[in-house]
Amino acid sequence: MKRLLIIFSLFLSLQVFAQEGGFTVTEESYTDMDVEMADTMRSNGKIYVVVGVVVLILGGLIGYAISIDRKLTRIEREVFKEKP
Amino acid sequence: MKKNWWKILGVVLVIYTITGGLLLNVPRLNILNETIRNLYFHVPMWFGMVILLTISMTYGIKYLRKGDIKYDERSVEFAKIGTVFNVMGLISGAIWANYTWGEPWSGDAKQNAAAICLLIYFAYFVLRNSLEDEQQRGRVSAIYNVFAYAAMIPLLFILPRLSPDSLHPGNGGNPGFNFYDIDSKLRIIFYPAIIGWTLIGMWLASLQIRMRAIKRTLEDN
Repeated sequence: MKRLLIIFSLFLSLQVFAQEGGFTVTEESYTDMDVEMADTMRSNGKIYVVVGVVVLILGGLIGYAISIDRKLTRIEREVFKEKP
Repeated sequence: MKKNWWKILGVVLVIYTITGGLLLNVPRLNILNETIRNLYFHVPMWFGMVILLTISMTYGIKYLRKGDIKYDERSVEFAKIGTVFNVMGLISGAIWANYTWGEPWSGDAKQNAAAICLLIYFAYFVLRNSLEDEQQRGRVSAIYNVFAYAAMIPLLFILPRLSPDSLHPGNGGNPGFNFYDIDSKLRIIFYPAIIGWTLIGMWLASLQIRMRAIKRTLEDN
């Protein structure tokens, strides 16, 4: 009974209000040319270079993580096999 | 290979996030401009952090129930990677804020709360390292972990929303976009980004956990 009361009281909470409204994104937001974006970067295609570089760096780091993972698997095989 | 599918999924999702996140269309909004793309990189750090710290707390509770030291090791490694995500989120947030809010640190309610949360978890590591006995360390830090988690949730998700002048979206009358009606075109990258970054974090944590298990086995023999 006491436990039920405690659980019930958890559902009683103070009424609090967060801010209402806020900003909404509409379809027009995508075509609003008054807002500056990196249009030049995209128009001459050079953004792909940046994406390529970022993916390359990430790939390198992940490749490194994979090599650590493999090495660990090898060591695990050695260590846990020896265990009586 | 069968056990590694989630690592591959994480890598694929993060690569998708980077290419899609930089190339696909985003809404053209004043002040934010192209920095809206930070939604795919800054925000997943926080979502990922909460997920990783939840896992950490779960293992903490598991340790308290079962008393197996391996749960304590898992708990602390997930807390570590969660803290790394926290630091990344704070720094990336400061860089973003510098160009959109005008200064890297504006004492925004959520910024402060995130910093407090970081300090709470720093205290967790200090507490751990101050205890010599393995079992005592495991128990005390698992209990602290639960309290730290319980403090983090209101700090990050409730208090900033009550603050009248928070700059973060969904927290005040600011010119950001609102996460509750975040555009569906942003969502197709945002949600995979959260999963992807979280899986990468789990992978890094798993490397550390396996290393600890090997070390423990060698010491026991």
